[in-house]
Amino acid sequence: MTQHTHLHHFHGGLKLPHHKQMSTGEPVAQATLPAQLTIPLQQHIGETGKPLVKVGDRVLKGQPLTQPNSYISAPVHAPSSGIVSDIGRYPVPHPSGLSSQCVVIDTDGKDEWISRNPVDDYHQLSIEDIRHRVRQAGIVGLGGAAFPTAVKMNPGPDKPIDTLIINAAECEPYISCDDMLMREYSRELLQGIEIIHYTLKAERCLIAIEDNKPEAISAMESALKQTKNKQIEVVIIPAIYPTGGEKQLIKILTGQEVPSNGLPSDMGIVMQNVGTALAVYKAIMLDEPLISRIVTITGEGVQRPRNLEVLIGTPMSELVAQCGGYHPQVQQLIMGGPMMGFAMPNDNLPVIKACNCLLLENKAPAENSAMPCIRCGECTRVCPASLLPQQLYWYASAKNFDLVQDYHLFDCIECGCCAYVCPSHIPLVQYYRFAKTEIWNQEREKQKSDHARIRHDFRQARLEREKREREERLRKKKEMLAKKKQQEAEKAATGEKPEDDPKKAAIAAAMQRVKDKKAQTAQANKDNS
Amino acid sequence: MQFKLSSSPYEIPDNSVQRVMRNVLLALLPGALACIYFFGWGVVINLLLASGVALLSEAAMLKLRGRPLQPYISDYSAILTACLLALALPQLAPWWLTTIAVAFAIIIAKHLYGGLGFNPFNPAMVGYVVVLISFPKQMTHWVPPLMEGYSNLSFVDTFNIIFHGVLPAGASWDSISMATPLDTLKTQLGLEKSIDEIRNSKTYGHMFGHIGGVGWEWINGLFLAGGLWLAIKRIIDWRIPAGVLLALFILSNTFALYDYASFASPTFQLFSGGIMLGAFFIATDPVTASTTPKGRWIYGLGIGWLIFMIRTWGGYPDGIAFAILISNMAVPLIDYYTMPRAFGHHWTEFPHHHKSHEDE
Repeated sequence: MTQHTHLHHFHGGLKLPHHKQMSTGEPVAQATLPAQLTIPLQQHIGETGKPLVKVGDRVLKGQPLTQPNSYISAPVHAPSSGIVSDIGRYPVPHPSGLSSQCVVIDTDGKDEWISRNPVDDYHQLSIEDIRHRVRQAGIVGLGGAAFPTAVKMNPGPDKPIDTLIINAAECEPYISCDDMLMREYSRELLQGIEIIHYTLKAERCLIAIEDNKPEAISAMESALKQTKNKQIEVVIIPAIYPTGGEKQLIKILTGQEVPSNGLPSDMGIVMQNVGTALAVYKAIMLDEPLISRIVTITGEGVQRPRNLEVLIGTPMSELVAQCGGYHPQVQQLIMGGPMMGFAMPNDNLPVIKACNCLLLENKAPAENSAMPCIRCGECTRVCPASLLPQQLYWYASAKNFDLVQDYHLFDCIECGCCAYVCPSHIPLVQYYRFAKTEIWNQEREKQKSDHARIRHDFRQARLEREKREREERLRKKKEMLAKKKQQEAEKAATGEKPEDDPKKAAIAAAMQRVKDKKAQTAQANKDNS
Repeated sequence: MQFKLSSSPYEIPDNSVQRVMRNVLLALLPGALACIYFFGWGVVINLLLASGVALLSEAAMLKLRGRPLQPYISDYSAILTACLLALALPQLAPWWLTTIAVAFAIIIAKHLYGGLGFNPFNPAMVGYVVVLISFPKQMTHWVPPLMEGYSNLSFVDTFNIIFHGVLPAGASWDSISMATPLDTLKTQLGLEKSIDEIRNSKTYGHMFGHIGGVGWEWINGLFLAGGLWLAIKRIIDWRIPAGVLLALFILSNTFALYDYASFASPTFQLFSGGIMLGAFFIATDPVTASTTPKGRWIYGLGIGWLIFMIRTWGGYPDGIAFAILISNMAVPLIDYYTMPRAFGHHWTEFPHHHKSHEDE
């Protein structure tokens, strides 16, 4: 098939050893149902949903466990039937190593579904219905970012979408879950893609696959031939890490750069990962929420590397056991790939929606062997964001958070290319993460102190105003008394009788009070506004 | 099961500062061998002496600064500084001159500024300039490159000259050393001779080879070869030497075309003195050079321009050390104003100012 899309290139990047064949030798197998599933309530970018179950409840497979309570949120579902044995804080796979609120389900082995409502043709559903179903199915971006998909499928009326990009680059070494997904589920995947395409009303759709996945490419191309959909095209892109980065892939396919503070949808582009598209297919056509995903278990540290279809909440240790167990020399467990993944402290952690790969490394991490930066500039050459990594490092380590932002710290995508080529072995990405976190903390502190300052100023103003008003009242009273005395004195002088006066004076005083009060409230309103 | 924690990336290739420095030393080899061939034992003695002084100074400074000896002592950076200096100094320079130059380079120019990676000025060139200014007479002790009428010094003779200042029996400084072709050219041009007259003169004509000075053209050619290898292996950035050579070529060509009698040809400029050593091995020292791609062009072109200025109108026959040190000074400025356009940003965001500066 001739390629219609003219390819562009992005600055930098690396040609890395792929190590993908290691885990593509066997078809995707279904992981066995574990005795216990631990489902973190927060597996996405955005707010945590409100729990819908309590301890002791029996839940069915696919039953929602949380209710999203804001727009950018996603529910989680019971991956299998069983009893909720606990709701509480458990360790979750997160770089911070902290624990987070989880629902624990003791599975009953029946794997009993809730009632589902599959459709034969998604055209029967309105676009709003599709988005609603995607939202209710708890689908988030499965490429790693875990951003709620329904939000991405709703760019808004002011942002017409002309290009849908399906990210099947899978540029990180070792990971092969998207590759296997395309080989084995190409038809279902294509339907998922068509649903997203239909929802966005995009003019064209590009499925971008790196040239190191010939089986996936031919599977997708033959599936595409059957649908006869002329708007969808498979685009073969060169395997340069990180082509799978959203901004880098858009650059390759369109030649356009997403503005630093902008979104792809500003340019009429939406990107979805292949795993996400398959989840959309399942949610719409089968009415199955996102309760499982394909996970690559690979690396020198595991005996039988392969891909498994895994229920969310399955302990990582069980997956390794199903892959022949650990190599005796295993040193590190990494969630994600070798470039951007995070090392896990132990294997007693649940698989979450964003977990695409478990990489077992036999190499021990180098013990603080960093040498000083010699400014060789290799990092600049490979940076796909065209930054100056060694300057960022310099200012981040000096905690100069103004200059580090001048050098566009927040355009760093943490791909790790700079740290990979650094001859001094400086853990550069760690410095950038540190600087970003510090800046976020400072902004939060600043907001807090700004808030406090405003409140303080407001209070000061109120106290002063009250004091002014008190003085004013006192002064008026004094004046009135003086006036009264004077009038009385005058009356006494003119010989009028003071008897009929108190009445008049009382009325006048009352009138004056009303007037004062009116003025006061008017003043107060003015101050408050 | 418990695992070790560390930060990404988890697989990094076999690369190190040590390897970078070792490769640069390796690339120096052909040119250094040519130096030994043309100038004799003095080069060998200089290289060994300088390396010894460099390692001692490095170790002493690491100790004084409370730094571990490993891995710094074996990163080859001190050796590299020493070798560059040894190749730049006259072959018959007295031992104390070499010692002062190297010790100054390592102790003052490198370690007092914070050691590897933190020195703003090229240590080798600082050491060179210190002795060039302090001991101008000794800095003329150049050996003629394999020329008739000059005695070939044995190892013992050379050793005695360098360490004891004793010349072989019957020899004078005039009989064992001579001015470099660049120096000769400068002096003679100063006497209002034309290039042609100098090249054809009985006294000086034989110093000039086919393209550069006799011997010097070979040395430069081999340093060029080693440098190209480094550039191809991406151990140095090709932009810096390209800038140096381009600026020197354009300027010397322009002036030679304008007045052939008073300005040396571009080929002579490029293949005399320490040009290739300077352009490929010294100017490319990453610590003291500009780090941005555009900045490296400016830095290289600036050095080439300064070399031409100093050679043509300055007080020194070769201007490489001064050209590099002056350019070192400009590096922070060059780097700041040549920041590459970051992805998703516009060219017009220049100069770069973060909002918070305006708030302050």
